[in-house]
Amino acid sequence: MEKFVKHTGLVAPLDRANVDTDQIIPKQFLKSIKRTGFGPNLFDEWRYLDEGHPGQDNEARPKNPDFVLNKPQYQGASVLLARRNFGCGSSREHAPWALMDFGFRAVIAPSYADIFYNNCFKNGLLPIVLSEATVDGLFKAEAENEAFQLTIDLENQCVLSPSGERFPFEIDEFRKHCLLNGLDEIGLSLQQADAIREYEARRAQSEPWVFQEPAL
Amino acid sequence: MSATTFSGKTLYDKLWDAHLITEREDGSALIYIDRQIIHEVTSPQAFEGLRLAGRKPWRAGASVATLDHNVPTTPFQSAADIVDETSRLQVTTLQDNTREFGITEFGIGDVRQGIVHVMAPEQGAVLPGMTVVCGDSHTSTNGALGCLAHGIGTSEVEHVLATQTLVAKKMKNMQVKVEGDLGPGVTAKDVVLHIIGVIGTAGGNGHAIEFAGSAIRSLSLEGRMTVCNMSIEAGARAGMVAVDDTTIDYVKGRPYSPTGADWDKAEAYWRTLVSDADARFDTVVEINAADIKPQVSWGTSPEMVIPVDVPLPDPAAESDEVKRSGMLRAYEYMGLKPGIRVGDINVDRVFIGSCTNSRIEDLRAAAAVAKGRKKADSVKQVLVVPGSGLVKQQAEKEGLDKIFLEAGFEWREPGCSMCLAMNPDRLQPGEHCASTSNRNFEGRQGNGGRTHLVSPAMAAAAAVAGHFVDVRELGA
Ligand code: SF4
Repeated sequence: MEKFVKHTGLVAPLDRANVDTDQIIPKQFLKSIKRTGFGPNLFDEWRYLDEGHPGQDNEARPKNPDFVLNKPQYQGASVLLARRNFGCGSSREHAPWALMDFGFRAVIAPSYADIFYNNCFKNGLLPIVLSEATVDGLFKAEAENEAFQLTIDLENQCVLSPSGERFPFEIDEFRKHCLLNGLDEIGLSLQQADAIREYEARRAQSEPWVFQEPAL
Repeated sequence: MSATTFSGKTLYDKLWDAHLITEREDGSALIYIDRQIIHEVTSPQAFEGLRLAGRKPWRAGASVATLDHNVPTTPFQSAADIVDETSRLQVTTLQDNTREFGITEFGIGDVRQGIVHVMAPEQGAVLPGMTVVCGDSHTSTNGALGCLAHGIGTSEVEHVLATQTLVAKKMKNMQVKVEGDLGPGVTAKDVVLHIIGVIGTAGGNGHAIEFAGSAIRSLSLEGRMTVCNMSIEAGARAGMVAVDDTTIDYVKGRPYSPTGADWDKAEAYWRTLVSDADARFDTVVEINAADIKPQVSWGTSPEMVIPVDVPLPDPAAESDEVKRSGMLRAYEYMGLKPGIRVGDINVDRVFIGSCTNSRIEDLRAAAAVAKGRKKADSVKQVLVVPGSGLVKQQAEKEGLDKIFLEAGFEWREPGCSMCLAMNPDRLQPGEHCASTSNRNFEGRQGNGGRTHLVSPAMAAAAAVAGHFVDVRELGA
C-alpha cells in the first residue's frame, strides 16, 4: 500500500451531499478484473456528456465543461473537498481506486458512509472528517482564492490552510500507523495465526456445524 | 457491577463477543469470519492479490461463490454464450479462481445459482450466530437469520480469504422497533422504506441495527431479509433480527444446516441469540406499524420516499440547505414537480427482482396482483427476475410464471439484472421504472433512468395501470 505521511495539494470542491459510489465510478466500469485504470472514468456521468463504457478513448469524448474536475483551474487537484455522507451506496472498492487513479490522495468531508471510509484506508487514500462548519468554511475559502491548496499532515493529524489556519482531525491509531508506514494489513493479521488457530479449535468444539461442509 | 448499570447484551454485542479473537488498544479488533460469499464483480482483484503474494485461502470451505451481477437473464448454456466480452471475462475469471483455490461455486447451469444473498441462505450456508461477509453492501440481508452480516471491500475480501478474519471496529447499537399490526397491502418493503424515510440514508451510519417489535416478529423470514437488506440504505452496514421460531423453522433441513445431535445443540445455542431485556442501545427508534402505508420513492436517494397517497414534497419547506439543494437536483433529474400526486407518475418499465424482493414470497405477491390482469399498453416492459434457480423452480411449480406471462410480463433467468444494469437489462434515458430493488441513485438502472422503489405488489399494480396506484384500492 502507498504510504501517506504529509501531502500538499490543490483542492477541488465537489459541492454535493450524498455522493454515492455509483456516481464515483459507474457500474459498467466494474467489469475490469484489475485495480488500476479507473481514473479516466471517475465521476463518468458528470464528467462526460455521452454515455461511458469500458474500452472507449476517453480523450475523444465530449466533456461537460460545468463539471468541477473539467475546469482548467482544477487540473492536477489531489485533495477533494466534499459534503456530508460522501461515498454512500455500493461497497465497490473501485471508488477509492478511481479516486486514487485520478490523482486524489485525500478527501475532506463532514461525514462518510462506513464501507467507503474503510475502503479508503486499504488503498492509501486518506478520508478526513472535519465539522460541517469547517468544511463550509473551506468551500468558501476555496471559492475566494485561486489555486487553493491545503496541506495534510497525518503525523500531527491536522489540515493546514495557506493562511496558517490549523484544523485538527481524528483518526484511529491503527489506521494511522498503517498509512504512515504503508503496511500490508494481511501480513499484520497473519502474525496472529496462532490466536486464529486457537480460536478455531475452540469454536470447532462448541459449534462444529460452522466448520462442516455438506456433500454437494 | 452496580445495580444501576445495564448489564445485558444486545444481539449484536453477543455476536461480536463470540467472534472476537484479539482487540487492540485503539478499539480495532480482529474478528473471525465464519462465512464468505463471493461473486464475480468484487473478487477478481482479491484472488489476484492472493496469487501475487503467494498466499492460499485460510479455510477454503468457509467460502461459497456464485454468479449474479453480470449474468444475462435470458437463457444461456455456458460462459461462451455471454455476448458482453468484459462480463464473460469476469464470469470465467471466477470459474478459474474458485477451481484454483478449491472454493465451492454454484455456477452456470446449477439450479442453486442465484443472487448471493438469495442463494446463500437458501442453501443454509448462512446460519444463525455466524459472521457473514461478502464484497457487496447488501450482505446485511443475511442478518435476518440472527447473524452478523455486512458488506466489505475487495481488499477485505482478500484479507478474509487469506486469514479468515477481518480487522473491524465495534459499531454502535441501534434498535428500530416497529410495534403493532401492519395494515392490508403493507409489506416488508414498505416497512423498510418508511424507516429510511424517517431516519434518513445516514441515520444508521456507524451503527448495527437490530429490527425488533411485534411487526418485525410477525414478518416471515423472507420479509425480514427484505428489511435487513436495506439497512445499508439507512446507512448501517449491518441489520439483524433476533432468533425465534421463524428463524429456526427456516434453517431446518437446508443443505448446510446441522443434523441430529448437532442440530439440537445448535438450536439451543441459537435461541440465546436475542438481545437481553436489560440490554442498552445507543439509539432507539420507535415506529408505529399502523402509520406505515405503501411507499413510493420519488427522488434519487432512498430517503426521498413518501406514502402512495400524499403529494410530492415541496423543497421550499425544507430548512436544511444541503437537503433542499439535493431535492431540487432530484426533481430535475426525475423530471417531476413538487405537489403532484404519486398516481400521476407514469411508468415506462417495471422491474420485479433483486436481493430485496426476488424470493418466492415476493413473486407470489406480484402474481396475486397480476393474476387475471394485463400489462398496460403504455408500459414497455415488465421484467420478473427470480433470485435463484430454486426460486424460479418453485415459482414454476406454483404456476406463477404462467400468470406473469399471461399478464404480458417477461419471465427471466436468475440474477441481479436491472437492479444495477450491469447486464443487458436496463432503462433508457428518461424512463420511469417501478422497481422492487433498493437503490434509486442517478443512472443506477441505466444511464438517465428514473427509478421508483416500491414493493412487489405495488410494482405489479403499476405495471397493470401504467402509473402508480395504491394497491389497497385495487381489490383482489
Ligand atoms: S440484486 Fe442488486 S443490490 Fe442485490 S446483490 Fe445484486 S446488484 Fe447488489
